[in-house]
Amino acid sequence: MTTRKSPYPYWFVLPAAVIFIVLFMVPTFASLWFSLTRWDLVNAEFIGVENYRQFFREPFLIQGLVNTIIYAVLTSGTKTVLGLLLAVLLTSGIWAQGFLRTVVFFPVLVSTIGVGITSSVLMHPTRGLINVALAGLGIHGPGWLTDPALALYSIVLVDLWKGIGLATVIYIAGLASISPDYYEAARIDGATRRQMFFRVTVPLVKPATITVVTLSLIGGLRSFDLIWAMTRGGPGFSSDVLASVIYKQYQAGFYGLSTAGNVILFILIGLIVLPLTAWFNRKEVDL
Amino acid sequence: MRMTTCSILAAAISVLAAGVAHADVTLSIVIDTNPETSASFDALSKAYTAKHPDVSFDVEQRVGGSEGDNIIKTRLATGEMADIFQYNTGSLFQALKPEQTLADLSDLPSQAGILDSFKKVVTSADGHVRGIPFGPAMGGGIFYNRKIYADLGLTPPKTWAEFMANNAKVKAAGKVAVVQTYGDTWTSQLFILADYYNLQADAPNFAADYTANKAKYATTPAAVRGFEHLEEVAKAGLFNADFGAATLDDGMRMVATAEAAHYPMLTFGIGNVQQNLPDHLRDIGFFAEPGTDAQKNGLTIWMPAALYIPAKAEHLEEAKKFLDWVGSKEACDIMAKAVPSGPYLVKGCELPKDIPPVVADMLPYFETDGRTAPALEFLSPVKGPSLEQITVEVGSGIRSAKDAAALYDRDVEKQAKQLGLPNW
Repeated sequence: MTTRKSPYPYWFVLPAAVIFIVLFMVPTFASLWFSLTRWDLVNAEFIGVENYRQFFREPFLIQGLVNTIIYAVLTSGTKTVLGLLLAVLLTSGIWAQGFLRTVVFFPVLVSTIGVGITSSVLMHPTRGLINVALAGLGIHGPGWLTDPALALYSIVLVDLWKGIGLATVIYIAGLASISPDYYEAARIDGATRRQMFFRVTVPLVKPATITVVTLSLIGGLRSFDLIWAMTRGGPGFSSDVLASVIYKQYQAGFYGLSTAGNVILFILIGLIVLPLTAWFNRKEVDL
Repeated sequence: MRMTTCSILAAAISVLAAGVAHADVTLSIVIDTNPETSASFDALSKAYTAKHPDVSFDVEQRVGGSEGDNIIKTRLATGEMADIFQYNTGSLFQALKPEQTLADLSDLPSQAGILDSFKKVVTSADGHVRGIPFGPAMGGGIFYNRKIYADLGLTPPKTWAEFMANNAKVKAAGKVAVVQTYGDTWTSQLFILADYYNLQADAPNFAADYTANKAKYATTPAAVRGFEHLEEVAKAGLFNADFGAATLDDGMRMVATAEAAHYPMLTFGIGNVQQNLPDHLRDIGFFAEPGTDAQKNGLTIWMPAALYIPAKAEHLEEAKKFLDWVGSKEACDIMAKAVPSGPYLVKGCELPKDIPPVVADMLPYFETDGRTAPALEFLSPVKGPSLEQITVEVGSGIRSAKDAAALYDRDVEKQAKQLGLPNW
């Protein structure tokens, strides 16, 4: 097979290539170098793989890793399932459909830091609206963000509230592209609503599922802003994720060390997401 | 059309000319958000602008704790720092690489009037003084509510056992015995940091050995004791219900308004009460963190923060002139009047007669030789960045005192290696 000559000259690619090289390729390779140094932003002293060794000795690295995976899987999984259900509901022609779609999507538009600060006020153990309301019902509310066993899951809840709208919108678009003919054919064959959902909707909405899972998983793995705004990884280290462990090294002025952490995060996301998308795409061909 | 162009040009030229004639300077400065800082700086800048009408100030505020350290370090390293900035002295000052990043202030005439004990904590490794004291020296210890103490017939404790006995009585009376405020994570470190007087009384060589990697927190019993104190009060259930989320403001409010009896804190917290609850200023007293021996009772002190000038400041000369004045007795008297919350470190600079009880409780420690010791951060460049998270863990019952001390040793090791210290 011969490749057809492109009708456009090569220099068309130049502006994009310059931006890509200057803003992406150069920093990526520079960070590889700086991760091998003791760096104070001005002078960099080469120290080999010492930063990587130190980073893997970081006492909360393992817990941070486990928390990262828990956080990513929980948020991504729930967004996928609930997003699909909400999308089905919001395309079924129920009352005030347009208004409800807006309501579901609205939190996506709000600033993450704002959401984080607001929800940590709502989750204050004694004065927060949530626990005050629970106390009104005679329930002693937990320390949502101050109980080390609970803090991470409270943040997951807020992340879901904030992020589910995006998943829903992607699914609504996916559902709209399914031809009504499939449902009509299924109905003539006497399929139940349940069968239609599992046998028609779920398989045919797969491209949307791939988008939602990939986006939310990457988002969950590198999640930082919401966690930092709500607990700063605390109490203690109990809601630390990889990104907050890295940020704390940076905060302490250990720039080389934190760069090494970022390289590790980059590799980790690649290791998880690339095989996943490859697997998804292979499955797509089978359909 | 031509007329307008001409007149705009003329106006522009006259503005420029006026600027040159008066040589107006706006000095930019970064200070922290603590109310005492603003009060001191407002008083200083007003007085200075009155003397030098051509100088004005552009003040920018930054947060405290490790977030604030980050802002200072990054802006300094990237050359984005203001003409003047306020920052800690001691180990945090050393971590700025002062010999490269800060202007040398050794030659300022006012240095002659500044106490040597202060100059030591702003002198870089090459022997040059690079800071001017800003604010009073502070004590680290325990604020107590004088009304609760009077009602329950308690006296300020000299030993840890007496302190715990007082706590038991306060708890029995239905009040919060000890306030903790982990919403501001850094406040969790006080029981450990303020115990340094007791630590050095038992292990006089600790600071030097610790810097040389010969002494460790976990293996020095006197050093573990600070962690044990925190663990003990946590286990005894003496804390406020919202300790995990409360902030410094909450803590000072509780101890000022008799909601709580004790709050371990630096004495600069009094500025907070002065601003938010001035009517309760006289309800708070202060004592040093008690140790095992009543005969060896003394106070851990913190040197004040300093004002520094980055080596590449835009208005270097004007900034130096201003800092020279800040170091004078005249400026110190202005600060002492605005914020009379501790002794000042300029010769002849005295506090006003009418001082709050907290300061009156604190001054006797300074008046007797050997009853104060500077906190460890002024004696050693080694301070681990995660201490505040570790102490939150101890206070929240997640980690034991022994385990915490060992974990802190590992944190410290990382810091020492990143600083490239010998022997680590």
